Amino acid sequence: MARPSRAEAAAWLLFSAGGMVSALLVPVLVLLFGVLFPLGVLTPPDHAGFAALLGHPLVGIALLGLCVLALLHWAHRFRYTLFDGLQLERLRAPISALCYAAVLAGSVWAAFVLFGVGW
Amino acid sequence: MTQPRYRQPVSLFWWTRRRSYLLFVLREMSSVAVAWFVVHFLLLVTAVHRGAGAYQEFFEWSASPLLLLVNLVALAFVLLHAVTWFNLAPKAIVVRMQGRQVPPRAVAAGHFGAWLVASAVVFWVLVVML
Repeated sequence: MARPSRAEAAAWLLFSAGGMVSALLVPVLVLLFGVLFPLGVLTPPDHAGFAALLGHPLVGIALLGLCVLALLHWAHRFRYTLFDGLQLERLRAPISALCYAAVLAGSVWAAFVLFGVGW
Repeated sequence: MTQPRYRQPVSLFWWTRRRSYLLFVLREMSSVAVAWFVVHFLLLVTAVHRGAGAYQEFFEWSASPLLLLVNLVALAFVLLHAVTWFNLAPKAIVVRMQGRQVPPRAVAAGHFGAWLVASAVVFWVLVVML
């Protein structure tokens, strides 16, 4: 077996950090914003208050961190699902490149949405 | 030095053979739900920035049968992720206190407790405070 490279070790560490923050925060956020608020079971946050909360720099940084780490978690797990699940080990390099390019694009989008001005 | 290695051919559907294999693949697929959450959440933030009308429309769009189905499936997957993640935590993290190893069950319980607290804080901020 080849020794895992430094890049793989970093990818695993970020996967792990992303897995932890996702496990802690994503279920409640999907439950609220994806199910209970749309169905009207609970009243969504009032627009002005929510906009003010999202406009706070610390909240923005925390949410950017959550989005970037969640995407890094996805990239690592998803590419291994493709390598092992669909047996695409031969396409390891291009699959990894595509997954991490998607993370980069998603992170830029997140930064733009969370910190972009002039909406 | 690379030697040609024999690899036993494996069916593309190997993961349907056993319940534990299926659970493994479902757990790995939960990462897609995590990525979907990021997309849906960023669309929400975009709507908030566009104004009260767009914010209202976002929830109407999210209440459509297709989006609701996607989010219910995503919820099931992210719950699977959280439960399997916290159950595995004691295998990845060995905690020592005063020279003694903290029992793995206590490490897992600590993670589930942190999950409960984090969820309660988010719920309180979004439902009670705002």
